[in-house]
Amino acid sequence: MSSRERILGRVRRALADVPRDDTPPVPEGPGRDPQYEQAVSRAYVREHGSRSVAETVDLLAENLADYRAIVHRCTADDLAATIAGILAARGSGTVLVPPGLEPEWLTAADVEQVPDRAASTPHELDRVDSVVTACAVAVAETGTIVLDGSPDQGRRRITLVPDHHVCVVRVPDQVVSSVPQALERLDPARPSTWISGPSATSDIELDRVEGVHGPRTLEVILVG
Amino acid sequence: MSGTFVGMPAFPEAAHEAVNNPTLRGNLRHATHTIRAKRAKAVAEVSDWSALREAGKQIKDHTLRHLDRYLVRLEESVTAAGGIVHWAADADEANRIVARLVKETGESEVVKVKSMATQEIGLNEALEAEGIRAYETDLAELIVQLGRDRPSHILVPAIHRNRGEIRDIFTREMSEWGRPAPEGLTDTPAELAEAARLHLREKFLRAKVGISGANFMVAETGTLVVVESEGNGRMCLTLPETLISVVGIEKIVPTWRDLEVFLQTLPRSSTAERMNPYTSMWTGTTDGDGPQTFHLVLLDNGRTDTLADEVGRQALRCIRCSACLNVCPVYERAGGHAYGSVYPGPIGAILSPQLRGTASEIDASLPYASSLCGACYEVCPVAIDIPEVLVHLRERVVEGGPVTREGNKVVLKPAKGHAAERAAMRAARWAFARPGALRAGQRLASRTRRLHPRTLPGPGKAWSDSRDLPAVPAEPFRDWWQRTQGGKGDAK
Repeated sequence: MSSRERILGRVRRALADVPRDDTPPVPEGPGRDPQYEQAVSRAYVREHGSRSVAETVDLLAENLADYRAIVHRCTADDLAATIAGILAARGSGTVLVPPGLEPEWLTAADVEQVPDRAASTPHELDRVDSVVTACAVAVAETGTIVLDGSPDQGRRRITLVPDHHVCVVRVPDQVVSSVPQALERLDPARPSTWISGPSATSDIELDRVEGVHGPRTLEVILVG
Repeated sequence: MSGTFVGMPAFPEAAHEAVNNPTLRGNLRHATHTIRAKRAKAVAEVSDWSALREAGKQIKDHTLRHLDRYLVRLEESVTAAGGIVHWAADADEANRIVARLVKETGESEVVKVKSMATQEIGLNEALEAEGIRAYETDLAELIVQLGRDRPSHILVPAIHRNRGEIRDIFTREMSEWGRPAPEGLTDTPAELAEAARLHLREKFLRAKVGISGANFMVAETGTLVVVESEGNGRMCLTLPETLISVVGIEKIVPTWRDLEVFLQTLPRSSTAERMNPYTSMWTGTTDGDGPQTFHLVLLDNGRTDTLADEVGRQALRCIRCSACLNVCPVYERAGGHAYGSVYPGPIGAILSPQLRGTASEIDASLPYASSLCGACYEVCPVAIDIPEVLVHLRERVVEGGPVTREGNKVVLKPAKGHAAERAAMRAARWAFARPGALRAGQRLASRTRRLHPRTLPGPGKAWSDSRDLPAVPAEPFRDWWQRTQGGKGDAK
């Protein structure tokens, strides 16, 4: 007998007490099975409190900053200048560029643009100073930005190896209030990375320290 | 479960040593009290906490009740997304599978994300025996690995170490494993984190094989989720060419939507954050992004035996947040090592004896490693009634009875350690069933009461050191009742 059959057999014997008429709802697609919806009581809220759109964006800014992300706000017209200012202040000479990034975003920046190529080794990525990306969605209640590997965000590794990540969030379109709302907007088939502030650890005396393996500086531009 | 802790003394003995170590107690007290207050604050921010907790409980219970269906469903989804699924009935089988998969890549070193499942099966030791070096990359796991130590906490395995001890371990050991610690390293947490960053970076950048666990697996989509803080998880999950994830079969949730519950309750319960710095989700493989080969090893190793216990199966709801450790008065004083398992604290006290059975001294003693105060149940984000399971397991240890071990029903013998208690209960039953004997015994006790010792002899001595034995009355109650006709005659 294979281990697969052995384990499944053990599970079935272990569940001998579960009534037979308790038909198992096995959902065929996201949220499509009414039976499964009935199996779990979801009395929790879809978002906490009620806020105007502007207040939701303010909350996002506040929570991002609370977890040590540096937050900038600007209009679409000022975006290129804002990015250029951030890269100059950091002293970045090179910036990684995902393939689908809006070319206008970097027009004002006086840096060498490094396109991300499939062949780039981790060591090559490690030598780049900064990376600029867009995002898929941002969560106000938790101060989270989510990347899903779309062309304007690039492969997961490019926002990981460089020490400085600049992420552009289009407000208010890309901002949701809560985690449930963010999941609704994401495609499970795409790899996603949820980022809440720069890399951190609580491993020394259970106290939070920023800056371990991921980018130690996260700058978020809320544009709109 | 792993052989790492074989030969551990019973909990009371192991705890004795810890309780007498003032550094350890200080470290634990500081860390658990810090996180306790922060967790309470993070939970209070969410107005619907009790509804989230109830939904989390129901999702997990539902999944467990139909686990066979969801496992098959998960296998289909992961396979359809380009992953390869393996099944491991026990630790040895899981270790053999992983070692074979690593060897097939031609590599002799791997980088690891912190994972309870691989700790549980002793994967690092098994790989070492096959000539494969596994580098732990979580900061606390690194401290444990460099210090040739054992983990003592689910979330922060090096919680028993303070910053000074960590500095000493880094300075002494890092050069053995790779890049040495920087000259003049101090004990500020930021500098220690920087030292770990530099030490591990060369390993991440050259790694060809990554090994992880997972916090959740979504049956309908085949998505795996790893929740972390440092970015070492992202490194291991995205830079290597091959990814091997070893995950307990109970980590399934049915739908993508179910993540909305646990992504709210887990970070607040574990690191007391609104959201942890990094969460990675991946579904099979993605062309051009991340590992191009993905193996999922589904691990039983005692989980189906636990599932067979109608009371004890709720332990499988656990999402490994460690909130129960941080509030437990016993854990705070005894520390994690005394539990003799990678799962310490209240959850360990109900999980280890079920995953491993209660044959060993340490496992039979774990259900007693609690004052049953219930703080663990209060904070549990999936509402595991830990005191209920503890009492249930105590009963099993004392009285024995039918249990499932490795898929087979067996009958446990009552534990030997409780022979005196059982003998006393048998004697009481005999006496209460024989009024004549009871009367004779009571009269004898009353008449000899001046001769009774103030403290108990033998093994009872320690117990009566700080307690008075109850005074025996001059006359048994039943004699008094008969003599006074129920108190009407002589009120003496």
